[in-house]
Amino acid sequence: MTSKTTRPDDRKYFESHEWAKQDGENVIIGITDFAVTALSNGNDSDLVYCDLPEPGRELAQGETFGEIESVKAVSDLNSPVAGEVIAINQKIEEHLEILSRDPWNEGWMIRIRPTSKNWAGEKLMSAAEYEKYLEAQKH
Amino acid sequence: MKRTALHDVHERLGAKLIEFGGWHMPVQYGPILDEVTTVRTKAGLFDLGHMGRVRVTGKDAVRYVDRIATNFCAKIPTNAIRYSLFCKEDGNPIDDVLLYKEDGGSVFIVVNASNTDVDLAWMREHSKGFDVKIDDQTDELGMIAIQGQTSREALQKLVDGFDLGDLGYYKFTFATVCGIPNMRVSRTGYTGELGYELYVPNAHTERVWNALAEAGKPHGVAAIGLGARDILRLEAGMPLYGHEIDATHNPIEAGLHFGVSFAPEKGEWIGRAALERVQKNPKQRLVGLTTEGPRVPRQGTPIHRGAEQVGAVASGAVSPTIQKNIASAFVKLGCDQPGLALELDFKGKRQACTVQELPFFSRTRK
Repeated sequence: MTSKTTRPDDRKYFESHEWAKQDGENVIIGITDFAVTALSNGNDSDLVYCDLPEPGRELAQGETFGEIESVKAVSDLNSPVAGEVIAINQKIEEHLEILSRDPWNEGWMIRIRPTSKNWAGEKLMSAAEYEKYLEAQKH
Repeated sequence: MKRTALHDVHERLGAKLIEFGGWHMPVQYGPILDEVTTVRTKAGLFDLGHMGRVRVTGKDAVRYVDRIATNFCAKIPTNAIRYSLFCKEDGNPIDDVLLYKEDGGSVFIVVNASNTDVDLAWMREHSKGFDVKIDDQTDELGMIAIQGQTSREALQKLVDGFDLGDLGYYKFTFATVCGIPNMRVSRTGYTGELGYELYVPNAHTERVWNALAEAGKPHGVAAIGLGARDILRLEAGMPLYGHEIDATHNPIEAGLHFGVSFAPEKGEWIGRAALERVQKNPKQRLVGLTTEGPRVPRQGTPIHRGAEQVGAVASGAVSPTIQKNIASAFVKLGCDQPGLALELDFKGKRQACTVQELPFFSRTRK
């Protein structure tokens, strides 16, 4: 699979395949198309469960905030950004196919109030860097 | 990573290939749950070239196998197959195997891919003093399974001079398949369905696969990966080494009594004393669980009855056949009655489940 999807560059990417995007004062977080494909192998019926946190929870960068499960395995969802969870996208828990359809917008998972306004710094990648990172992981 | 004779076929079919037991194997060709349903409603074709195949010949073959394996080899009728295990002195298995008792007292043994090297070393170590020859045929033979209700009709088209209807469950024969004489054909499988396993010389494996796929088209036969195979075997209540049995899980508590013989005439065999003790005083039992909740039980998921942990999951899956999430699980005695309500613990979040007898599904004997 070497499809060159150009990923949106209005956001930052994390090593465990989550993205983070500024949304007003807050940041919304989701998972990348690569993560969805790796979990579902392109079959949205293969995704069976997604567990998101309760609002109010404080997350450190890299902390696991939930789990997503496919027919084959469970994967942790890790926060690219430190902050407090202020909302979750409950629709996903009932309709996992949203993640296959639109992981970038409709498929957002949690909204957090970032601990620092300058959250987009360290350890996060641009879209171009993330694509290089994926390329490097193949080898 | 080793490749089976069918590796290129899988790539052409667009399979997702993964490492399994040291081999590069197809985990799925399409959606895993659809593949399960294909086998349950029609039939599926499986590449099992990764399975270890070992033939034991020589004057002492049967006596030797009765020393290293748990089932009673001398009592197996010629051309019949029995499930068995190789256990250490502590009664815990290094592998589970199928024993094919051949005419003339030789034994053909099918072992798990991931344990083949360990099995061979162990077999050789324990062969001292026996007049036997241990011949690893894994790299010479391909292995193809066809499993499902339409498997007989599809395979019969390729078989000359033998009626597959005459082959009983867990029996084997040598038949002419695709014009190749003396091919070992057994009525065995890992799905709970009517099905057959073919042992094909490598040079012919791809041709036989393609012929089966072609002959099977009108019967809905499709290629099936290891992902679906794992769900099929769990639905059928069949053990997988590393889950229901392993270096700390003995076959007695896993409900595999049918593969273990304590007959006095079998004599001493490795692990016998330990397993006799377990037989007298088991602590836990392998049961099935169904759960209505969304989460899929996974190996190690703790099982609770109220505040007390009473067991853990051995294998879990989404079952398209039962239309529920299912598991095999070890629970302590007293918590193993079918119908008993227990709870799965997913990192502190509880999900209700119900004890069931295994298997969840079977129609092998029809």
